[in-house]
Amino acid sequence: MSGAKMETTATQSRRAKGNFIESKLPRLGGHIFLILYCLISLFPIVMMVLNSFKGQMAIFSEPFALPNSETLSLDGYKSLFQGANFGGYAINSLTVTVTSLGLILLMGSMAAFALSEYTFKLNTFMGLYLSLGIMVPIRLGTVGILNLVVDMGLINTLWALILVYTAQGLPLAIFILSAFMKGLPKYLKEAARIDGASEYRIFGMTFPLLRPAIGSVLAISMIPIWNDLWFPLILAPGEKTKTIVLGASVFLGQYVNDYTAVLAALTLAILPAIVLYLFFSRQLIKGLTDGALK
Amino acid sequence: MRKPFPTHIVVFLLPATLVYTVFMIFPLLSSLWLSLNTKTEAGEMFVGLANYVRLLTAPEFSQPFWNALKNNVVFFVIHMLLQNPIGLLIAVLLTRGLMGSSIYRAIIFMPTILSVVIVGFAWKLILNPAWGIAPTIMKNLGLEQYYQPWLGLESTSLTTLAFISVWQNIGIPMMLFIAALSRIPEELYEAARVDGASRWTVFWKIQLPLILPTVGIVGILTFVGNFNAFDLIYATQGALAGPNFSSDILGTFFYRTFFGNQLQPGDPYMGATVAGAMLVVILIGIVLYLWGWQRRIQNLQF
Repeated sequence: MSGAKMETTATQSRRAKGNFIESKLPRLGGHIFLILYCLISLFPIVMMVLNSFKGQMAIFSEPFALPNSETLSLDGYKSLFQGANFGGYAINSLTVTVTSLGLILLMGSMAAFALSEYTFKLNTFMGLYLSLGIMVPIRLGTVGILNLVVDMGLINTLWALILVYTAQGLPLAIFILSAFMKGLPKYLKEAARIDGASEYRIFGMTFPLLRPAIGSVLAISMIPIWNDLWFPLILAPGEKTKTIVLGASVFLGQYVNDYTAVLAALTLAILPAIVLYLFFSRQLIKGLTDGALK
Repeated sequence: MRKPFPTHIVVFLLPATLVYTVFMIFPLLSSLWLSLNTKTEAGEMFVGLANYVRLLTAPEFSQPFWNALKNNVVFFVIHMLLQNPIGLLIAVLLTRGLMGSSIYRAIIFMPTILSVVIVGFAWKLILNPAWGIAPTIMKNLGLEQYYQPWLGLESTSLTTLAFISVWQNIGIPMMLFIAALSRIPEELYEAARVDGASRWTVFWKIQLPLILPTVGIVGILTFVGNFNAFDLIYATQGALAGPNFSSDILGTFFYRTFFGNQLQPGDPYMGATVAGAMLVVILIGIVLYLWGWQRRIQNLQF
């Protein structure tokens, strides 16, 4: 683009944030690229959902067509509900995710409060120790985790998963929360201390102020817990403790050639995540953009 | 006067430290310890680095190990060449104030929230010749003769899996770059405008240098994530990472060594050794990042 052309259009765009070199052509180019990329992003998901509502024949003969009165069929969903206990798996996933997130938030904010509020001898050491886990993947300790879980009698229980995910999520949660707590105003806490409030009260008082940081922590911790395959496969593969991801992967392995059932399973496994995402996408995105870079 | 013992600090720190130590640090250390032992008839015996020597020299371990490591490097390089630059390009476009930016952002991030297992299986269906969505699309584009069952060929399966992984994970670098780009102060753009800088100049002279720390963080996150990956390969190609181990990476090799499979019985000691080797690889990456990249950036800034 030539410099002269750029300057003539520059004044109009002063309002646009971070943006001053605008002419219609590159804008159009940007839109075309983004639309194409969005199509690539959505294509597999749309194909799954669309075809899960068709009969086996129509899946093959007209994969791109919308289901119509002739091709509409819920056979996939029927064999799905006969072949697997997806409701139970979903409840397991939900229990594990919600409990882990609750523990991460509670324990993480307590530890972050201690690290950011008080100066004590081991402060720096504890901070470093707890943040080791941000970079070292917990998966590498699997052999040890399995032995430990067997010794504790927690194998094939949801607690095994909850405790491992809590341990996995704590380092980053503490890191984000203590960075945020350091930025909170001091006068409130000082005033409460003068009034004789206990340290526990003061912690309880700061909790509501943490809301934006809590959003970040939830958003960042939730996806890997909900989507994990490794630990359910190793620590809780039993029928009663299967998570939805493990249940779906086992089901898909068994019904490889029953396309209607496989597509229905994929759709069913994708939908809760998409619904959650549509509800929380704003917080999630805000959480990722605020929290990830500190 | 002596201060009273700060019980509250201990109470605040204890739960997190306990869970983290018991379920993360202790298992990591005990895994490392196990990797220095082996099982004999008399029980467990300390053998020092013998397991590591075996991993690197015994044909039944060294051959798959080097293969997995090599594949993992290829997997990582594809992510660095595609995922992060495209993520950056999208982020630059999305911070230009185009209409509908937040909708684009939400859609492009959507694959990232889906389970790798499900995404991998969906792609497997799309690419397979039996259902034939991919062949049909290529036919419509007149590219029929180029269609191959990419996931089923030794020569292409790893690259195809890397592409799927890039497709899924591109939302993460995109978000991190958007966050970094939107923190660049407006005055810098104003100054560039006064100087008559072009888009390219602005990108190379202002945007890129200022987000270099984020570029580094994205790089190291990609590295740790890739050298620890497992789910996608396991879900699409199974524990044997076929065809003929062409898509085997360290994560699947670790799983097979630890749990065994159709070809070999599981061995917790060698499994721990593979995990130890993975830890070394990841630590080397982190150290190179901290000493190489971060130091260079500091020199650049001050």
